[in-house]
Amino acid sequence: MGSFVIRRILLGILVLFGVIVITFTITRVVPSDPAAQWVGPKATPEQIEAARIELGLDKPVYVQFQKYVAGLLKGDLGRSLRTHQPVSRELKNYLPATIELVLVSTIIASLIGLPLGVLSAKRKDEWVDHFCRFFSVGVVSLPTFWLALFLQLIFYRILGILPMGDQLSMDIKLLYDIPKITGFLIIDCLITGNFVILKDALVHMILPGITIAAYPIGLVARMTRSALLEILGEEYIRAARSYGLPERMVLWSYALKNSLGPTVTVVTLSIGYTLVNTFLVEAIYSWPGIGNYVATAVISLDYPAIMGVTIFSACAYVVLNMIADIIIALDPRVRV
Amino acid sequence: MNKLSSLYKSIKPRIKELKLSLYLLKRNKLTYFALVVIAMLVLIAVFAPYIAPFPSHIYGSTNPEDSLLPPGSKYFFGTDELGRDIFSRVLYGTRISLQTALLTVALALLIGVPLGAIAGTLGGFIDEAIMRVTDIFLSFPPLLLAIAIAAFLGPSLTNAMLAIAISWWPWYTRLVRGQAVSLRERQFVKAARAIGTPPLRIIFGHIVPNCIAPVIVQASMDLGGVILTASALSFLGLGAQPPTPEWGLMVSTSRTYFLNGWWYSIFPGLAIFFTVLAFNLLGDGLREILDPKTRQY
Amino acid sequence: MDICYEIKDLKVGFETFEGFKRALDIKHLEIYKGETFGLVGESGAGKSVLALTSLKLLPIPPGVIESGEILLNGENILNKNEKQIREIRGKKISMIFQDPMSSLNPVFTVGEQIVRVIVNNQKVSRREAEKKAVEMINMVKLPDAKNIMRKYPHELSGGQRQRVIIAVALSCGAEFLIADEPTRNLDVTIQAGILKLIYELKKELKMTTLFIANNMSLVSAICDRIGILHEGRIVEIGSVHEVVQNPKHPYTQILRNAIPRNPSVLNRIMVKEDLEEGIEGCGYYKRCPHRKPVCKNNLPEMQLVEGTHYVACFKEFERGEPDE
Repeated sequence: MGSFVIRRILLGILVLFGVIVITFTITRVVPSDPAAQWVGPKATPEQIEAARIELGLDKPVYVQFQKYVAGLLKGDLGRSLRTHQPVSRELKNYLPATIELVLVSTIIASLIGLPLGVLSAKRKDEWVDHFCRFFSVGVVSLPTFWLALFLQLIFYRILGILPMGDQLSMDIKLLYDIPKITGFLIIDCLITGNFVILKDALVHMILPGITIAAYPIGLVARMTRSALLEILGEEYIRAARSYGLPERMVLWSYALKNSLGPTVTVVTLSIGYTLVNTFLVEAIYSWPGIGNYVATAVISLDYPAIMGVTIFSACAYVVLNMIADIIIALDPRVRV
Repeated sequence: MNKLSSLYKSIKPRIKELKLSLYLLKRNKLTYFALVVIAMLVLIAVFAPYIAPFPSHIYGSTNPEDSLLPPGSKYFFGTDELGRDIFSRVLYGTRISLQTALLTVALALLIGVPLGAIAGTLGGFIDEAIMRVTDIFLSFPPLLLAIAIAAFLGPSLTNAMLAIAISWWPWYTRLVRGQAVSLRERQFVKAARAIGTPPLRIIFGHIVPNCIAPVIVQASMDLGGVILTASALSFLGLGAQPPTPEWGLMVSTSRTYFLNGWWYSIFPGLAIFFTVLAFNLLGDGLREILDPKTRQY
Repeated sequence: MDICYEIKDLKVGFETFEGFKRALDIKHLEIYKGETFGLVGESGAGKSVLALTSLKLLPIPPGVIESGEILLNGENILNKNEKQIREIRGKKISMIFQDPMSSLNPVFTVGEQIVRVIVNNQKVSRREAEKKAVEMINMVKLPDAKNIMRKYPHELSGGQRQRVIIAVALSCGAEFLIADEPTRNLDVTIQAGILKLIYELKKELKMTTLFIANNMSLVSAICDRIGILHEGRIVEIGSVHEVVQNPKHPYTQILRNAIPRNPSVLNRIMVKEDLEEGIEGCGYYKRCPHRKPVCKNNLPEMQLVEGTHYVACFKEFERGEPDE
């Protein structure tokens, strides 16, 4: 167990290094003139020259790489071309809103997807199963950005029961002092016990949360179903039934305890997808998170900002996967 | 006579295999349905300029007096802000999406298959190196790498395709490597090696042709995902540029107008949805048909 | 003698892509109280289908129970509903599965698995069940029961696991035990130990046992009577002595000899061809070294040879007709 954790962490560090190599390659090799691109299309020749020195493009590649890594280790992701602020500081500002959204969506995806998958496997080939399967294929075929617009159209424009976007309503923002302790709106509201703002914040979370959760719901349901079916086909399940154990125990205890690995994997994967979906959806819902930030950066070709988000998300995802693998290793079979 | 019967015996298992596949396909009505839809999409893609009611609206022309008209008898899906017929543009978008998806997957195959075959056949250090690189590419969250590469290549549909292919090839490398590792131990490969066939000839003459079937199946299942990814890149502004009638781009432009013109974003979005759904249903069906567990009986 | 387990006109099949395929067709079979009945046949003969059907564990679909009855103490198992059958599984009929590697749940300790079965089937407290579990482990002759209880299946050897599986199966106190090739996946040296254990436990607990095997020598050591299953039909039945010493059906003869020396016989049994349509007669027709024209279109009935020895073969009773 211990040796597995150490091995997995070492591997994670190796992968992180690889991720950095790839991002470095993208910034230095892909564009024809990295310096000109780094400072954007409206830069003067002097600015390009300054960028050339800042990026160290006059030096050999390995020196450039060294500098790049050293910068990253210090948390230096460069300056945004649009706002001229350090990208790392901007990320820090936008991150809480996105993390909140990602967590809420992942919870929605798991709470709906897992039971759907279990139900589907339990009632294999019955109409419930057919329905669940069709639903999950349908959901993973929806373009997320379009779903966002569609839901806005229905719930804001036509029914008028949900807000169009943003984290809070305008009047709440004007009338109340918005607590800022941790930066996470929901947590801050809970800490200060401000339930008026909390309610408004939760209402604003419904549409983006569902939109972002849609694809992962289908993914989780599909993967849970196939993983559970595989387990239910195992000999020890048949053996458990032959001993007269109640079906309840067979399914919820014998089978489900064996599905820890697939469940953790699927939840991790769905976090990956929710993260990416925020890039597509936050701008539509004017959500003040990194998804919105990166969408703006893409339009204004703000390269340091795009790269900053890429590196940050990739590293977070690598670490997340590492944690997932370590959790899976709690399974006694791995603990040799 | 004897020859005939021995020929029959040798192909008998294959016939049985084929019969089983057809049986499973027939049992799976959704897959059937998906196949029909895809066939129709291909027809639309091929004949789009001829069946579109307003071919001139597909790219250039504008007629501001008809801007943002709701669906009606003249414009089935309504018009956009420049007065162009959305129906014609959606029809033509089929061609763009299918083309994009096919080219992207082909490109990813072109990178991924040889690498996988080389890794699996040669083994050792080369294998280790290729597979570690593959792992690193796959450790990026989905779509993120494509966004970054597309941004640095500069926004255009071609670059978006390139970017997706660069983030997609590792899946094929993994698949082909697995196949190659098992093929490596087969008699005909050993025989080829024994008579001194050079490694490259073995890889491209023996290994690649023999693992092409599962690769093609996987690739066809991926088409839906690629269409979705490409439309997402276009939506972000990293893919097709105006006035290309690309579905994702159309939804993106519609954002400014959709609260007062629902048809503008609904129809291109539905087009993406149904196309991706058809490919995903086909993929699901294929997976079930090819799954050894379903094949048991 | 009282009958414990009885099969009447049982027909079971599978829905496949090539149409319906019959897997079991047993006219009649009875197993008496207290005896050990050995069922021998090659893989694919329908042995496991019979075992699973007896507990209503056969997956349906693709399985189809066309007709017939399986009676346990005169009660038909096949028309019980899910709830009723659960009262039979474990409590009245228990089963030992063939693969010790996959029949234990990998994420629970051995002790936990035995305890759960005992708690569920004997309605006792957990503490009591734990005591009983230790007894069961001692009974299957595993040393250091307390220690074994704490182990996960993957920490045990194949032989140890098979003993645990036997302990689980016996812990519910069933009167009828089905052992589905319990030694199939074990080393030869361990096989003997497991066989001896089953034999002794059966005597001690006075259980009626259906012992399924693919090998006559295994069965002849511990069984009272033997049935030979071929392509879903019982072709010969009798006491161990009668069947082993004086096999009547050509298939039994080949099974007994295990390694045929005559090359023409070898050819016929090694090349097992697909059963083509059109043969309504004896299932062994294609491979039989003594087949007669009558065998092709007529199904031989079970007929008494002598004592308790029955066989279904025209060769025995139509001696006048020449071989084909």
